[in-house]
Amino acid sequence: MINYPKVTLEIATEHGLKKEEYKKIQHILGRDPNYVELGVYSVMWSEHCSYKSSIKMLKTLPRSGDRLLVEAGEENAGLIDIGDGKAVAFKIESHNHPSAIEPYQGAATGVGGIMRDIFTMGARPLVSMNSLRFGSLENSRNRFLLEHVVEGIADYGNCLGIPTLGGEVVIEDSYAGNPLINAYSLGIVDTNHIASAIAKGTGNPVYIVGSKTGRDGIHGATFASVELTAESESRKSNVQVGDPFKEKLLLEASLELCKKSWLVGIQDMGAAGITCSSSEMSAKGECGITIDINKVPRREPNMNAYELLLSESQERMLVVIEKGFDKELKEIFEKWDLDCTQIGNVNDTGMIKVYEDGELICDVPSETLVLGGGAPQYDMPVSEPVYLDKANQFDIHNLEEITEYNKSLVTLLSSPNITSKRWVYNQYDSTVRTNTVQAPGGDAGVIRIKDSQKALAMSTDCNGRFVYLNPRLGGQIAVAEAARNVVCAGGEPMAITNCLNFGNPEDPEVYWQFKEAVTGMGEACRSFNTPVTGGNVSFYNESTESAVYPTPVIGMVGLLDDVAQSTTMEFKDSGDFIVSIGSINGSLGGSEYLKTIHKRIEGPIPPLNLEFEMRVQDICLEAIKSGLVKSAHDLSDGGLGVNIAESVIKSKSGLGAKINFARKLRNDELLFGECQSVIIVSIAEKHLIDLVTIAQQYDVPTQTIGRVIDEPKLVINDLINIDRDSLEDAYHNSFEKIME
Amino acid sequence: MRFAVLVFPGSNCDHDAYFVIRNILNSSVDFVWHKEHDLSNYDAIIIPGGFSYGDYLRAGAIARFSPIMESVIKEANDGKPVIGICNGFQILVESGLLPGTLMTNKKIKFLSQNVTLQTETTNSIFTRNLDNGQHLTMPIAHKQGNYFADENTLKKLQDNDQIAFTYAAINGGNPNGSVLDIAGIINEKRNVLGMMPHPERASENILNSKDGIAIFESMIGAS
Repeated sequence: MINYPKVTLEIATEHGLKKEEYKKIQHILGRDPNYVELGVYSVMWSEHCSYKSSIKMLKTLPRSGDRLLVEAGEENAGLIDIGDGKAVAFKIESHNHPSAIEPYQGAATGVGGIMRDIFTMGARPLVSMNSLRFGSLENSRNRFLLEHVVEGIADYGNCLGIPTLGGEVVIEDSYAGNPLINAYSLGIVDTNHIASAIAKGTGNPVYIVGSKTGRDGIHGATFASVELTAESESRKSNVQVGDPFKEKLLLEASLELCKKSWLVGIQDMGAAGITCSSSEMSAKGECGITIDINKVPRREPNMNAYELLLSESQERMLVVIEKGFDKELKEIFEKWDLDCTQIGNVNDTGMIKVYEDGELICDVPSETLVLGGGAPQYDMPVSEPVYLDKANQFDIHNLEEITEYNKSLVTLLSSPNITSKRWVYNQYDSTVRTNTVQAPGGDAGVIRIKDSQKALAMSTDCNGRFVYLNPRLGGQIAVAEAARNVVCAGGEPMAITNCLNFGNPEDPEVYWQFKEAVTGMGEACRSFNTPVTGGNVSFYNESTESAVYPTPVIGMVGLLDDVAQSTTMEFKDSGDFIVSIGSINGSLGGSEYLKTIHKRIEGPIPPLNLEFEMRVQDICLEAIKSGLVKSAHDLSDGGLGVNIAESVIKSKSGLGAKINFARKLRNDELLFGECQSVIIVSIAEKHLIDLVTIAQQYDVPTQTIGRVIDEPKLVINDLINIDRDSLEDAYHNSFEKIME
Repeated sequence: MRFAVLVFPGSNCDHDAYFVIRNILNSSVDFVWHKEHDLSNYDAIIIPGGFSYGDYLRAGAIARFSPIMESVIKEANDGKPVIGICNGFQILVESGLLPGTLMTNKKIKFLSQNVTLQTETTNSIFTRNLDNGQHLTMPIAHKQGNYFADENTLKKLQDNDQIAFTYAAINGGNPNGSVLDIAGIINEKRNVLGMMPHPERASENILNSKDGIAIFESMIGAS
């Protein structure tokens, strides 16, 4: 028998539980919890698993819609119907803290975890994307983090054979010491083979399948729920270690299993391992699970129940099947050389009962452990941050105009946030599975759906600087930009997943940011009819200096009824007209230009009218569907100058663009100002009238601002006149130079 | 013509090869699990890309001991066409069906990008539909694709016209440091091809290149 420490309030506090939470546990059990039970409650009630500080706000988001097959939070990932008997499962999740300590394994297991969330629903993962944020690359520690995070993502995703279609790499000082590593995955499932994370049927066997259990990642969820400190380096044992080969085998075996009618339920083991999967599955099925912990296959000797229950060893699943199909189950996992061991049964008591050496060492009601059940939910105090007023005093009249416009453009194209991230995405296999229609580097990634005419467009977006300067508007803009990017690729936005990266929620100013940003996101999602299907909240993203920029990353998915609608950003043919949809009215507040050229981070950020934005997107989509549009690219970071330059740089050699365009704006605003609700398209001359007709129906201004030319250069008014080689060199080679 | 696509634990381009043969070329094709022993019912064998056995030890080094490889070697020696793509090329080299070795890329990093190949021989079942010097654009996706062989072997490859494809001096040229810019080679009997680039990922216009299909069409004998 194992001698566990006696539980005291002090030990409970060390586990991250608050005093009142410990009292609540005593009240639930009618006694003191023992050490194992304390461990179980502490992980399940950690911020990471319970969403105790965020759930009340999350419930304000629009979480249902015609296409949604499960409501947000009900299963491991969101599920939307795309017709033809197929559904799309997708989700984004953070792995910030592990990656800050151990970038390679942290990022790799982030990819592995999100993949399991997809294939545990029976869906074959077809795409992965990543939203990555780091501090300044002038700092060698940040370059080290970036290099190894990218390598970790590449090694894991490439081995699995799932293409990475891009995402974001954003560099801001605020992420120094606490990088944001958000991994996104999307898969497709036949609607008759959708699997559920449920346990039911008293006496049904419960199996653990996949890898053996080790000591890695114990209390990872708790670790994710505190701020990083100088001691965090020493917590490497909280970081899980990934094995992509095992994951690939588990993926194939699980997909075979999900087609079987005798499968009752399956859930991956991520945060809080066996504890989380068994309590969530049984709570969902309103039953209990009895586990003989001695049966769990392990890779280290002398592990006790506490460690086995809390281990976050990767590449494992908990499976419940109907009685009498054990042989069939074992055949599948034997084929793939994976462990498949019965560790217990479903019971009808509603209790998680764990036996160790024949002794009952955990006996707790599963419902009391989980989100939506007995886990705590808090209203958090808020207070408007004091920095906001001061940070929003920007006035163009107080900014000296720099008139070397060619040089400014080249500087912007070389800056880490705008320049090509080819150095990063060339390490990701982007073409495996032969579905990739638009590879990384465009506004969105696009895959075709085999055996159908349809395709999917997807984008992850968030301008954290905007959210910092104006959380509510920034939250709206994150959704609007993600939708706009999907529209530019030819997709009709369907739904979002989100990864909400914020600082310490116990800080009222941070929580105010959170509340405002979520409110803004909700407003935009309602406006675009793109419900939230799920995602993840990551709090406590603070380095020694301050909280990170509030960064609600939006993963938008859109549907193309016909893959032929797929539209890219590069100009196609000389003589084509370059037309703006929407009204170019750029301002420099919060812009990349103001930050990069003038070293100032100041708002106000550009306004957004959600209803007008919707109309701009509708026009673009209708024009694409009508076959009018040769290229589409939304106006964002770096303004008009960068937008046109990118469409030139990516076009076939020899092409350029000439822009003639007047506005009552200062020249630097005209060239580099940023605004919402503008999409630049190129079209054949003969189609101009058709586009204008569509735009008039929607009452949105369009303007011909220039033409594609057969000279390799970019000319904008008498301000910019630069050869294409200089643009390409700045755009393609700068990131590599920074990293090497 | 009936194709076999081998499946090892960790193969991940098996579905892609299968799709091209079946859906694009309308030919007959089966997946064959690595624990099988007999390939005599098939007319051609594809060893697909991926990370067989997680590339543990060395890419392709464990897969060569799978039961199916005995049959692959037998069929290859009998003159049956065998094409190994990416990890398949690595397995062919490890099993001795092709000479040389595939080292880690010159810059150490995984490389996923389009390359342009130059056809170096049309004298093989795989390249008979191509023109000498013909350029083909298709993706590479590998970390160990840096082909190397000793001077004697290289001379033999050249003398016997066994170099199938090289990286053309376009789009940055040789991406991985391969000696003589080699992207693919054939055996002396001219019935085994190993190549690092992925023709199966460039067999439809919607995937931005259809250049790769010519290799499979050559095998089938279609034009």
